[in-house]
Amino acid sequence: MVFERDGKRIPVLEDINLEVTDGEFICVVGPSGCGKSTLLNLMGGFLSPTSGSVTIAGEVVKGPDPRRILVFQERGVFPWLTVEGNIGFGLSRLSRVEREERIAHYVKLVRLEGFEHSYPSDLSGGMKQRLQVARALAVDPDILFLDEPFGALDSVTRLIMRSELLRIWQAERRTILFVTHDIDEAVQLADRVVVLSSRPAKIQDILQIDIAHPRNISSSRYLELRDDLLNKIGVAFTL
Amino acid sequence: MWPLLGAAVLLALWHYSVIWTGTKVFPSPINVEKGVAELLRKHVLWADIGDSLRRVALGFGAATLFGVPVGLMLGWYPAVNQVVNPVLQVLRPISPIAWIPVAIIFFGVGEKPAVFLIFLAAFFPIVVACVGGVASVPAIFRRAGRNFGLSPMRVLARVVFPAALPQILVGLRIALGVAWLVVVAAEMIAVDSGLGYLVIDSRNSGKRYDLVVAAMLLIGVIGLALDMGIRRLEKLRSVRWGFRDGA
Repeated sequence: MVFERDGKRIPVLEDINLEVTDGEFICVVGPSGCGKSTLLNLMGGFLSPTSGSVTIAGEVVKGPDPRRILVFQERGVFPWLTVEGNIGFGLSRLSRVEREERIAHYVKLVRLEGFEHSYPSDLSGGMKQRLQVARALAVDPDILFLDEPFGALDSVTRLIMRSELLRIWQAERRTILFVTHDIDEAVQLADRVVVLSSRPAKIQDILQIDIAHPRNISSSRYLELRDDLLNKIGVAFTL
Repeated sequence: MWPLLGAAVLLALWHYSVIWTGTKVFPSPINVEKGVAELLRKHVLWADIGDSLRRVALGFGAATLFGVPVGLMLGWYPAVNQVVNPVLQVLRPISPIAWIPVAIIFFGVGEKPAVFLIFLAAFFPIVVACVGGVASVPAIFRRAGRNFGLSPMRVLARVVFPAALPQILVGLRIALGVAWLVVVAAEMIAVDSGLGYLVIDSRNSGKRYDLVVAAMLLIGVIGLALDMGIRRLEKLRSVRWGFRDGA
């Protein structure tokens, strides 16, 4: 993937080959500015690759599609719609009854009961992100792309959101591609962690996280994998 | 409480200025109050207010009806905007008052040119607010709209329009203020009813400055009421997020 800015060609991604299995939870980590978000936007169909292609279930991705929904870091929910309105945004093709059932199901799944008629401005940061995930899941996508979805949250909320996301993922198995700059987040959530190098980004390594959920984040295997990942990114883990 | 005090001080200042200067022409607040009572007694006041408000409603309503879609389209298609914008920017600074002769050629004398002038005056602020509103919709919202499978027209209707609505409302509010300014000016020239006509007619028929000032104050009070009325729209739940005190 090459970007053109002010007449200059900036190679962002190079030689990316990644196979993702159905229902897998993939985290993408790498130095900031390396092209993690670009990779998600390519896979989501918001950008066209300069060369190569993205194929999902045998079909080349040509543009955005409700079968794969991108969840943004923040301010992704529509402030002019209520919680119900946001979750129901992609459901206008359903009948009223079906739509209401679907909305009620996802309100419950992301634990926003009692806030159905609230507007995003009345919700906390964590609730807004849960709402965004609910809006995405409501259209029954095959794949969720999450672009640092918890990056703007405080550290406690972030921890809670991780376990919430795991709970939701286990309840409604979807393929998840999750971009983060948080090593712990990656090791806590992912089946596999894709490590990108700095720009132009290549896949430097793919790390299998072979710990069953729920993960004990002080177990020796967890710490081992975490240190391994820190090493691969090239960060010293003694401060 | 404090606004009332301000008004009281101003009235007192006015009252004593009239007494101290011994003017025979300029009315005191009491004369004006009597003037309002006289207008009410003669049953012309409500008709004049009604005529002015009707003209504003027609002109402003037409400007909203045309201006919002035109503004949304210009904001949505930057290429079209590049062609149209220079024309808009030249027409926009022309005072509606300067259009009066042209309006009379187009529409003759009477209701139509007045409504046309109000339409012109309100149209530009609305278009400009809509173009700006659409341009400042975060890309993230448009992308989310496309992601959920919306066609470009539906993205415009279901994402861009509601996202731009707070800014559009600000434009409507400005436009309504301008429309009220212009109706008075238009009525001084083109028609023989309305509050603007009342001002001019009171002066021309016997230099009734008590009625002139009474009409002026009414124009101010009604203008304030219109502004307060349209500001209530900002309190609607689906746009409140876009205003500073609304979170």
